Amino acid sequence: MAEIRPRVSVDYIEGAAVVRFVDEKILEEMDILALQNTIMSVIDQEDGVNLILDFGNVRFLSSAVLGLLIRVSKRVYEKDGQLKLCSINPKIYEVFKITRLTKTFDIYTDLESAIGD
Amino acid sequence: MTLNSPICCSMVVASTLTASECVCQLIISALEESGFGKEDVFAIHLALQEALINAMRHGNDMDPDKEVKIDYCVDAEKFEIWVSDEGKGFDPCAVPDPRRSENLYKPNGRGLLLMCSYMDVVEHNKRGNQVHMTRYKQSSVVSEKKG
Repeated sequence: MAEIRPRVSVDYIEGAAVVRFVDEKILEEMDILALQNTIMSVIDQEDGVNLILDFGNVRFLSSAVLGLLIRVSKRVYEKDGQLKLCSINPKIYEVFKITRLTKTFDIYTDLESAIGD
Repeated sequence: MTLNSPICCSMVVASTLTASECVCQLIISALEESGFGKEDVFAIHLALQEALINAMRHGNDMDPDKEVKIDYCVDAEKFEIWVSDEGKGFDPCAVPDPRRSENLYKPNGRGLLLMCSYMDVVEHNKRGNQVHMTRYKQSSVVSEKKG
C-alpha cells in the first residue's frame, strides 16, 4: 500500500500562514501535485493571505517545484496576498539565482525575518 | 575510498519515476566512490534528474512501456552520460528562455537551463531525442556561467 503522510505542515503565526515543507527532496510529480493542492487550499481560505513558504528542511528539488512556486505566486497575487520564501539552503538558493527567480520572489534568511517584515 | 579505474555502465529503464530515482541513486554511488565532492554530486544529480524527466515525460509521455537508454562513465576526472528516449525529439534552440519575464509563466525551459548551468557540456543529437552531458570534477562551471 502506498505510504500516506503529510508533505507540509501549516501553522498560522502572527497573521501569516506558514507552510513548511517536510521532505528533504521534492521531486515526484505526485508529491508536487499534493503540495500544490494543499498550498492552494491555504491561499483560497481568504483573500489577502500572507503566505510564507519555509524551505528549512529542503536539500534538493527539481525544476517542477519552481513551476509550482510560479503557479502559487500567481494565485496569491490574484487574491491580493503576499508571498515570502524563507530558510533556503545555499545550494537551492543557487538554483533560484540561475533561473532568476530571486528577482521574482521575496526571499528571507529565516522565518523570523519573514514574519517580521 | 576513491577508485582509480573508470566505472562505465549501460542500462535501459522503463519511463517511471521509480526507475528515474533508482538510476539517480546508482550514479550518485558511483560518483561518491570516484571521489566526487558534494558540490559535484549535487550538480550532477540535479542535471541528471532533469534529463531523465525530460526523456520520460516529454520524450516518452511517461508511458512505462517506452524505454530510456542510459550510458554513463565516471572516472577520476569527469562524469559523462548519454540519455536517449523513444520520442520524436525536440529543438533545444526553440525552448523559451525562462529567465525572460515574458516566459515566467511558461512551464518549460527551467530544466534545460539548469542542465546547461550545472554541466560543462550539454549537447543534443540532431533528432533531439538524446542528450550528452559532461561535468569535470570540482568544476566551477556554475559560478562562471551565472549572471
